[in-house]
Amino acid sequence: MSFISVKKLWKEYGSQVVLENLNLEVKEGEFCTLVGASGCGKSTFLKMLLGQETASRGELSLQGEQFPGQPDRNRGIVFQRYSVFPHLTVRENVLLGLELEQMPLLGKLFGKARKDALDQVDAMLEAVGLGHALNKWPHELSGGMQQRLAIAQSFIMKPRILLLDEPFGALDPGIRGDMHDLILKLWRESGTTIFMVTHDLHEGFYLGTRLLVFDKIRNDPQNPEAYGATISYDLPIGQTDPQLYQTIESSVSETSRKLSA
Amino acid sequence: MRLINRHPGRVSATLLGLLPFLLIALIYSLASQERLADNPNDKLLPGLEQMTAAVDRMAFQEDRRSGDFLMWQDTTASLARLGIGVGVAALLALFVGILNGVLPLVRANLAPLVSALSMVPPLAILPILFIVFGLGELSKVMLIVIGTAPIMMRDVAQRVRELPGEQLIKIQTLGANSWQVITRMALPQVLPRLIDAVRLSLGPAWLFLIAAEAIASTEGLGYRIFLVRRYLAMDVILPYVIWITILAIVIDQCLRLTNRRLFPWYNAGGY
Repeated sequence: MSFISVKKLWKEYGSQVVLENLNLEVKEGEFCTLVGASGCGKSTFLKMLLGQETASRGELSLQGEQFPGQPDRNRGIVFQRYSVFPHLTVRENVLLGLELEQMPLLGKLFGKARKDALDQVDAMLEAVGLGHALNKWPHELSGGMQQRLAIAQSFIMKPRILLLDEPFGALDPGIRGDMHDLILKLWRESGTTIFMVTHDLHEGFYLGTRLLVFDKIRNDPQNPEAYGATISYDLPIGQTDPQLYQTIESSVSETSRKLSA
Repeated sequence: MRLINRHPGRVSATLLGLLPFLLIALIYSLASQERLADNPNDKLLPGLEQMTAAVDRMAFQEDRRSGDFLMWQDTTASLARLGIGVGVAALLALFVGILNGVLPLVRANLAPLVSALSMVPPLAILPILFIVFGLGELSKVMLIVIGTAPIMMRDVAQRVRELPGEQLIKIQTLGANSWQVITRMALPQVLPRLIDAVRLSLGPAWLFLIAAEAIASTEGLGYRIFLVRRYLAMDVILPYVIWITILAIVIDQCLRLTNRRLFPWYNAGGY
């Protein structure tokens, strides 16, 4: 039995079909990158994995059980923006998850328990390269550092699944490389299953273990909403054939042109 | 250079700001002098001399009848009513506003009522308050509460809902239950916004306070102004109005500084 299994999954909003006939098996510890044009249901799929959205039809299961219908501590997320809490310092942001888990009523740790938790927090922040900024406020950090913080905040909970929704989309290209190294390092150390949505096909092509291309295979020019997107390519990473890259690139950009027309 | 691109320097900005005040003072004193030259007993536009004498009499000499310093007595009475009224309103607003903002079930249940209540003109129900709560302190405080709380409730709920949806998802993925979402995410981020809402509500609060005091009271800044109106005592009314304005400015600035001091992340571009 695979870790996550998707069978004949459909997602519709009224007459608008977003995803059609999605089939996927994912093993524990895989790192899947999801690419495709805007409006091809990548984020919708991520929301279903998170529990924010439910499938219209079909099956989405985690180790044979139905996916929980609301977000929980086993599935972490990093958004493109607004992932950290502006009213908490860097340290407090990472500490928050541990406090929430251990203190259901107060939501705060005190004394020795807090000290022990902070040791864990500081180690985590050191690992993501924020060891020098422990007591800063998020607004004092650059965009890249804020994303490092959001990643630390999620990883300290040791989630079984980590969802990344275009986490590096707003960052400078130079910083992205560093972030890729960071996320790969943390992934190898933790063994978490990762799904990452990205706009950047190149990023998808070499990061992680598996590339999933979301695309509209069928298209009705008179009624663009009639058909949804599905997974058009499901490739293991490492097979970086330039020819294939070109094919996918042109197919994705063609869909994106059709959708925005 | 275009007018829209011409900016005043520091000194000239200060001077430009002061100019209207000086102008008003000048016009007033000229008009006052002219009237007093005609009739030294004129009451309508008292000069500085009459006004200082009135302040001295009201603030620094015991009242002949009661033995109190009337202006201080009025000030403490009014400020107590204002403080209790706005304080209670702010607490109510925090409680209802956060529940409304965070919990969809409560919102469906309470938001229409709050919206309707905030549309009721508070002064129109002042008679009801006097009938129900009597002519004592309670009815005056209640007027301020009823006048300011519903709008602050709506404001707080709105501020909660303006928090990015990503935050709400994120804190759930960190394992928060509904109570923790309120105490660790919504409440701390809404507190500085509540203080801003209180600052905006102080204007209406003063209005309701003075209206209530004018109608039924035995002390208070509003009471005094309306009492001495019978004798055309502009020499008391004008200093009282200036004093109320100063109090309002001081309270507003204190709240602003409190906000800055307590919530450094709020004003420093946290949002």
